Amino acid sequence: MNAAYRHDGYAHALETLGAWVLALLWIAPLIYAFWTAFHPPEFSTRFALSAPLTLVNFVNAWNAAPFARYFVNTIALVTMVLVGQLVICTLAAYAFARFAFFGRDLMFMLVLVQLMIMPDVMIVENYRTMNALGILDSIPAIGLPYIASAFGIFLLRQTFKTIPKELDEAARVEGASALQVLWKVYVPLARPTYLAYALVSVSYHWNNFLWPIIVTNSVSSRPLTVGLQIFSSTDQGIDWSIITAATLMTSAPLLLGFLLFQRQFVQSFMRAGIR
Amino acid sequence: MNKYSVHIHGWLLLLPAAALLALFTHFPAVATLYHSFFSNPRKGREAAWVGLENYRVMIDDPVFWQSFANNLWFALGTIPLSIALALLMAVWVNGRIAGKAFLRIAFFTPTVLPMIAVANIWLFFYTPQYGLLEQLTSLAGLPSHNWLGSRDTALACLVVVTIWKEAGFFMIFYLAALQGMSPNLAEAAAIEGAGRWYFFRRVTFPLLMPTTLFVLVNAVINSFRLVDHIVVMTRGGPDNVTSLLLYYIYDVGFKFWDLAYASALTMVLLALLGLLAIGQFVFLDKRTHYQ
Repeated sequence: MNAAYRHDGYAHALETLGAWVLALLWIAPLIYAFWTAFHPPEFSTRFALSAPLTLVNFVNAWNAAPFARYFVNTIALVTMVLVGQLVICTLAAYAFARFAFFGRDLMFMLVLVQLMIMPDVMIVENYRTMNALGILDSIPAIGLPYIASAFGIFLLRQTFKTIPKELDEAARVEGASALQVLWKVYVPLARPTYLAYALVSVSYHWNNFLWPIIVTNSVSSRPLTVGLQIFSSTDQGIDWSIITAATLMTSAPLLLGFLLFQRQFVQSFMRAGIR
Repeated sequence: MNKYSVHIHGWLLLLPAAALLALFTHFPAVATLYHSFFSNPRKGREAAWVGLENYRVMIDDPVFWQSFANNLWFALGTIPLSIALALLMAVWVNGRIAGKAFLRIAFFTPTVLPMIAVANIWLFFYTPQYGLLEQLTSLAGLPSHNWLGSRDTALACLVVVTIWKEAGFFMIFYLAALQGMSPNLAEAAAIEGAGRWYFFRRVTFPLLMPTTLFVLVNAVINSFRLVDHIVVMTRGGPDNVTSLLLYYIYDVGFKFWDLAYASALTMVLLALLGLLAIGQFVFLDKRTHYQ
């Protein structure tokens, strides 16, 4: 727990053991998936050191469903959502942090309502809305409810409030407009918050499933998660090797990103969680 | 800036976010209530005002009550365990322990993976006869058991998956709080002769209270929000023992296309989340004691 408490003796050894057992349990499903995906189907439930490695499951999965298109859709979705969120939340957060406008506190409360009532639970009404707008089965329909993110506004507002007002005023004296000050002073200084928010947002929308499966109905708009579900639930003769290969394929970009930028990921989630 | 420009600037900056929030959060909340008083439109017939009819149906609907009860059990199963494990993980990886980097990665990895994808892996894990769990239990000489297909174990299987997915996420918040804690506290306590467990119980844990409340609120929201794995693993079965509220709304709304009834069901979920919001508000001033 802390440097002041010396870790030695049986208790510490026992704790280390406990931590390792838990950690191994925690990644066991992933290791299991790797085993199944990289070995021929006859070894999917049999563990033998002599089992040959193969990529054929990945090739079969890739050819069995339009995964390339699903990848494109998901990348388009997370990009659209992230860009929209960054622009819209930045503007709103700036307003809340530095403009004492009429009705500010009430509006802030109304924004925070979304922390509790997330788009995830408004599936019925949002479906009606998308239907009325005539954009069912499109990528914007998946992303739109999430773009004005209360979480993003809250996070950026907190960051903007820590930036000294003197910097703001100095820029104003030199004749910069409100938007120029935002762009030249606030945005650059909030870079770590932006990175944190971006990682959280991308992983959330890469993984999102329930709302996308409701609003999408065709290959041209389905994200990876929905494509994977349709692929693995239709009759594949339950070929686990192919399903796990497809599963790893859809998670690979996030998993790789996480392993490469592990520190940033963890720090970003930490930063995003501190309120 | 003159007297009015603050107001004009503020509102203009807020406008895009406010419009989108109104369209996709506030309006839907009100519209859900409104639509819950109407019937479904049929061929050649508009939706008609039916008053409380949808709610009357709900009170007589055993599947609704079952989903409601399941959701409470699901919350009760996932929340305390995932929070306790998260705290334990955070304390471990915050201290001096062999292989700290690996432990952190192992605990956190489930958080970044799509629930839909890992549910597939867990489905395989629970599969009767040749799934990994079956192989382990048969090695131990236990009789074969259909974990997801049995009324007694299906919900517990989903609880396990959820805890596995969430604990590492909650760990991060505890870790952040622990790292923000002054090392002087532990030093002082050690000099005073306080044991490690005593120090944790009397100093660390109380100081972590704001984090625990924050994590608790998130865990409660998640217990009403996370249903992806149900779609993959059980589809609410067998006999609705794994149907949770949001999953039932999805089923009623988008499989049976009874959107009117789904609106009434959504109102229950909104009421629960509203209660939670009020509860959080009441707790809020307790939180500030520690900050």
